[in-house]
Order: sequence, then C-alpha cells, then structure tokens
Amino acid sequence: MMQADLIVIGAGPAGAAAALAASEAGLLVVLLDEDASPGGQVYRAPPAGLSVAPDTRGADERAGDALREAVAASAVVWKGGARVWSISGAFRVDAVTAAGSESFTAPRLVAATGAHERLVPFPGWTTPGVIGLAAATILLKSQGMVPGRRTVVAGCGPLLAAVAAKIVAGGGAVAAIIDLSGPGDWLKALPAMASRPDLLRQGLGWALKLGAACVPVLFRHTVTAVSGGEACEAVTVAPVDAEGRPTGGRSRVFAADALAIGHGLVPGSEIPKLLRAEHRFEPEAGGWAPVRDAFGRCSVAGLYTVGDGAAVAGAEPARLSGRLAGLAAAQDAGRLPAHVSAREAGEARAALDKALVFAGAINRLMRARPAMVEEIAKDTVICRCEDVRRGEIEAAISAGAREINQLKHFTRCGMGPCQGRMCGETAATLLARHVGSREAAGYWTGRPPLRPVPLADLLGEFDYGDIPVPNPAPL
Amino acid sequence: MSTPFDLAIVGGGIHGATVALFCARAGMRTVLFERGSLCREASGVNAGTLTMQMTRVALIPYALQAHAMWASAREWLGHDAGVVVCDGLSLAFTQREVELLSFRAGKRREAGAPIDLVTATAARAVEPGLGEGVLLAAHCKVDGYANAYLTGQAYHAALIEAGVDLREETPVSGVEREEGGFAVQTAAGPVRAKRLVLAGGVWLEEMMAWLGITLPIKVLVNQLAVTERVAPVMRTVVGIASGLLSLKQYPHGTVVIGGGWQGRGDRQRGGVELVPESLIGNMRLACHAIPALRHARLARAWAGLEAETADALPAAGPIPGIPDAYICGSVHSGYTSGPYIARLLAQRILGQEPADPLFPIDRLLASPAASPTPSAAAGRATDEQPQHV
Repeated sequence: MMQADLIVIGAGPAGAAAALAASEAGLLVVLLDEDASPGGQVYRAPPAGLSVAPDTRGADERAGDALREAVAASAVVWKGGARVWSISGAFRVDAVTAAGSESFTAPRLVAATGAHERLVPFPGWTTPGVIGLAAATILLKSQGMVPGRRTVVAGCGPLLAAVAAKIVAGGGAVAAIIDLSGPGDWLKALPAMASRPDLLRQGLGWALKLGAACVPVLFRHTVTAVSGGEACEAVTVAPVDAEGRPTGGRSRVFAADALAIGHGLVPGSEIPKLLRAEHRFEPEAGGWAPVRDAFGRCSVAGLYTVGDGAAVAGAEPARLSGRLAGLAAAQDAGRLPAHVSAREAGEARAALDKALVFAGAINRLMRARPAMVEEIAKDTVICRCEDVRRGEIEAAISAGAREINQLKHFTRCGMGPCQGRMCGETAATLLARHVGSREAAGYWTGRPPLRPVPLADLLGEFDYGDIPVPNPAPL
Repeated sequence: MSTPFDLAIVGGGIHGATVALFCARAGMRTVLFERGSLCREASGVNAGTLTMQMTRVALIPYALQAHAMWASAREWLGHDAGVVVCDGLSLAFTQREVELLSFRAGKRREAGAPIDLVTATAARAVEPGLGEGVLLAAHCKVDGYANAYLTGQAYHAALIEAGVDLREETPVSGVEREEGGFAVQTAAGPVRAKRLVLAGGVWLEEMMAWLGITLPIKVLVNQLAVTERVAPVMRTVVGIASGLLSLKQYPHGTVVIGGGWQGRGDRQRGGVELVPESLIGNMRLACHAIPALRHARLARAWAGLEAETADALPAAGPIPGIPDAYICGSVHSGYTSGPYIARLLAQRILGQEPADPLFPIDRLLASPAASPTPSAAAGRATDEQPQHV
C-alpha cells in the first residue's frame, strides 16, 4: 500500500494540472488513469507505433504532448493503465494495474474523471456501426481509425465539426452533418466564442475542411432511425424545432455504414457520488453536479472535484479548475504559504472566468432537449445493458416508482455494466415528467466498481487457506 | 379530522408490509409509513437467498413456512418477486469445515430442515459447476432465491390492492400514546391509529425510544457483489460450512455474491463504505466454489444494513406494558423468514392464535442481573457450538 499526500484520479487536463500544481508545492502525488498515457479525451495520446503525419497534428496534439512531458518531468508518481475499482475511507484507492492489485492511501483525493455522453435513443440506436461522438473521437485519436467508410455525424455542439473534420482528414467520407441547432443558434454563440480566438480559429478550420469536402450540413435536424439490423446501412433524418421535437417535415435518408451521434455531455461525477458528496442539478453544467467551492472542494472533507467531471466546460477550464484544486490541496495540507496560494489562485481564477464565457456558449448549444425524450417510441430500448424499453419504464412509473433508484429496482434499468451512464439521463428525464423535476427524480446511488473489472484480474492467484473467512454466524 | 386508523405501521420493509397486507385484508383500516420507498433497505438490497442453510436453528420451522410463502407468492401476495426454487449446497473444503458442516447441518436437520450430507461426487451431480477440493457437502432441496430488488414492486401493488393507505417518502419523527391509541408524528401533522406496529429494521432502537423503551439493536453491514450477465455457470444456491458465502446465478445471467462479509456504515448513514479486503475475500470464496466465475466481470457492489438483537433472535410480538403496540423485526435471515413471522404477528393483532409462537421482546428488556424470561424463542434457541469454533 502506497501512502501519498494526494491521489488524483483522471489524467486529463484537469487531473494533470491538479497533480502538477500540488506536486510543485511539495506534495507527494499519485496520478492514476485507466489509459496508458496522460492526456484524457481531448489530449489523448496517439497509439504507440502509429506515425501521425505532421500536417494533421493540431493544437490539441501539441497540448497533449506538452501535458505528457510535464507529467514525466515532474515528481508526480504516474500510474497508467490503472482501473480504479474501489474508493473507501478517507481515502483508500484500490486499482487493478498491470502489476495486479494496487492500493494507495492519501488524506486528499482529486476526482477528475471527465464527462460522458448524453445520447437520446431512437429506433436502431443499438445497431452495430452506431457510436457516440465522443467515442468516435477516441477511435480517431487512440486507434487512428475512422468509424466507417461513409459516416453520418449527428447531434449537437462543436464535436460535430471536430469529428467530421477528423474523419475527412483520416480518409473517410462524411455523408452529412445533422445538427440539432440552427444557424441562428451558432450565430448567437459567436460573440462568446470570439473570446477564445484559438478555438474559434480551430472551428473555422474544421468548417473550411468540411466545405472543401462538400459535406452537406442539415441544421435543425435529428436522426429518427437507423436501419440495417445487423449493421448500419441507412440513417433517416427529419427536421426539428428548437427543442429537438420533429416538426413533421420531410424525412431524408442517407446511405451510411456508420453513425457518430451525441446529444451533449454529462459530468461523470461517479467518485463524488460514491463518496456521498452533496450534489445539485445544474443544467448549465450538464446535469447533476457535485456541490463545490471555487477550488473544487466538495462537501466531503479532503475531496476535490475538477474538470468536466464536476461541470462540463471543456479542456482549458478543466486545466484551470484542476490547477486551483491542486493549489487548494497543497494549502489545505499546510504546504503552500497562503500569500503564494492566493496570488497563484487569483491568476488561475481570472483565467478560468474568462474561459468559462466560451464554455457557456458551447453548453447552450449542447443543452439537453427533454422534448426529444418525450418523442421516444414505446418499444425503443432505453437501457441497452439490460434491454429495458421505454414502455417498461412507463409501466414502472405507473406502478409507483417515484425516484430513479426505485425505478432501477422495478426495471433493472441502469443495473448493467455501464452502471447507468448510457440510460441514466433518459430514464431520469422520463421520470421527471411524472414527478415534476429532475431534482425529484434524483440520481443513481454511487456504487463500486467505478468500471466493470474481471474477477480474475481483481482476485489474482490465491490459496483457499489464505482467504480470511470471518467467524460463523450464531447457529 | 378524519377517523383514526385501526392500525398504523412504521417501516415499509417486508415485516411492516406483510403485517399491513394481512391486517388490511382482514378489514382493518391500515396506514403504512415509510421514510423512503417501500422495501428499499434490508428487504430490497439483500442477496435474496431463501435458504435453510444460513438460517438459525430456532428459526428453521419458520423459514420452512416462509419458503413455502415465497414459492407461492403469486397466490397470496398476488405478485411475483422472481422466486426460483432450486437445490442448495453448503460446502466443506477443509477438515475443520467438515466438522463444522456436519455439526451445523445435523442441528438444522433436527429442527426440521431436509438437509442431507453428501459426497463431493454427489454434490457435483447436483451442481456441475463446483470446483475441486470439496470434501463434503450439505444438500437441501428446499432452497432458492428471490430477486430482492423486485420485493418493493410486488408489495407495492399488493398493498394498494388491499386498500392500505401507503405513505412512502413520509418519515415519522415520533409516536405519542394517547387516549384510545397512538398519534404518529409526520411532517404533515399527527396521524391517529388505535394500534401501532414498529417495523423499522435497524432503526427499531430509536423507534422504541419514542415509547420510552431501551432495546439495543445491533447493525450489521452486509456487503454484496454482482457480476454482469454471463452464460450459465451454476444452477443451485451455493454456500460454505461457515455460512460466509451465498452464491447463485439469476435467470437473466448475473451472479450475486454475498454471505454477510461486513462493510462499514451505521444506521445514520446507511451502508456507506465497502471494505476492499472483505469484498475480495468473499469473491475469492465464490470463485473457489464456482471457478467459471473468474471469467465474469464485477459490475456492482453495495452494502445493506441488517438488524440483530442481543441474542440474534427476532423481536416480534407485543411491546410490554404498552397495550396495542407491537414490534416486528430483527429476524436473522430475515428475508427468508420475514413474511411468515410478520404473518404470525398479523394473526395476533387480529385476535387470532398465531400458528407458531412469536418472539416477545420481554427477554431482551430484562435487567442483566435477572434471569432471562422463558419464552418460545429462548426455548427454541441454541447457542451450543462445537468446541473448535
């Protein structure tokens, strides 16, 4: 068991910045991630052995390299390929690594586990070939692969252009971009986006690339069906209103062997939930978010949460919020003089406030559209791990389920390996229609493991005689 | 003000819900208060095992009756809780466990459980998934499991059909005795009833304090683990001699691993924390018994609270000195035996002679210096253990 001053889980921009700031202040920091290299989703390391053409290396790749170099050059203890399955006490972290099972303890813990995707189901959404927008970015970045020969890219927010441009750059065809937002929504976001000229420039670069490839863009449209059965063959789309509700206008069908689709991002606050930290429903942060102070301190002493796992805002705010938590952890540990901490935190805080202007505009484009959930057909699967359809969820609500965990008990919705990450938003939105609000519907109780883990990896080799079986119960 | 209820029940687990069901069906105007949702504490998050091999000897006759109730839930409850009746095996891997198993199975057999000791070969014929190293097994044909998480849904529908005034999300802050009954305090004001049942699981200690009675209730924090859905690896309920394993695979493919390994928590916060070593120990035991499980992935783990009295026998009967007040809970292996013990209490409340003796709490309230009050419970109990335990 390794004893540290601070454990950071998640080595994206938020977690890496927290680890580096705390380490520079003299704390012994352990940084864990399930990936082999630091970087997270946006700054994901390219696959080992894959040569990447210099002209496809953009700002994200350079920032990722800088992040990895900084972690490598620091005193931070890096633990890659670590699957965290248990967090207990204040705090003990158990992870399955290449070395087997490893345990770490520290009085302070930073949760920087990023966001997961919101995906509103439609007929055919479980067809092989249909993947999330974020999943597509992982595929493109970690495997250098395009999702299909001909891909429809659909949903909302800047990931649409990012994924489509990367597919084109990777040699794939994009059949169409299907955007829930209208051109007016993008125009409204422009002034705020101008606060980050670098990102705006990056976005314009994507747009130019897509224009040159003659990729059609259908604004105010949504995917209504995927057909093909065993594999994606065609994607049907239809016009929608501002809330994502089909207007009854003419449908169009695109032949495609892949669909990359995402309807926004949700904070992945599994660790604060597991540790019973207080949460609040914050639509502007993407959903249920841990209650935290300006430095990411949660309601549980010693627990900090930063980046998109606390509130969806993107890479740069994540980095700055991570730095703030790292400074706070060092100061809380008595290792950073208050005046130094105040000065550095002030600088990070000012930069964060500025970066959040851009994030706010993006979040409005990626906002949840409950009207889409209302439109889900009765026999459409909501929970793909456990094959729970909308009709079964409605039946459970009629049978008296009034809270999301009770709904889970009634239907098995959310009991599968993804632990409700895929179906949670939809199920809660359906329940909220009946109980009045998302607050009343609640959120899944946090349960270990944070990710499913093979028993063989977890248990290792053992002798029966070494199992510490407790004393029998009274006869 | 509305006319008082005939019966108010505080606590919506299996005990409270079963008492409410039978009393309401017999014509009592019944109100049931539950702080959260029905059957979401011990009654909803336990391993669901319906077994004689982990039941206290004194409770075997009750557990047999209750097992029959679970198996016929569709008839008397009107709703299914995913009950599967199957064989159960308790295994011994060491000489010490052979002795323990022989002793414990013998005692349970004397109490009426149809348990036979069988060889490893015979055990493997019953459960082909068993691993190597089994020296002896206890085989019981009256075994099985329910889907504990479905209990709330089943009782919810049954209670509504029976006309129970079901008040979920309604915490009770206290109970006052008054002329002709009790006033149950809720945020929406007092609710009056002629009779009262406290069925609050681990919270019974606080509830009894409302009536000025000190009844210590121990809190167990039982850890459970469940795998993702996998192809069939077993068809029975499997345990070990010490009782520290309860293992079965549900028809939908998940395997639930339990056995009472302790996590951390308390009645204020619930089962908030799992102990990694205990989880690993429990899962190693499971994989030793059924090796094919090693290929499954752990999908979820949690801890649920279980209530236990000082002598680990139920608290079920009238509350001494307080007419028309009753307690129901702390039944060891309560998920298995709960419905029957609660039905016995309902019989008593309805003025009938219970089909089996209740477990009055007088024995638990006597001062330490006084000799224990003889009771049906004490008569059935045995704390006799083999020397080497």
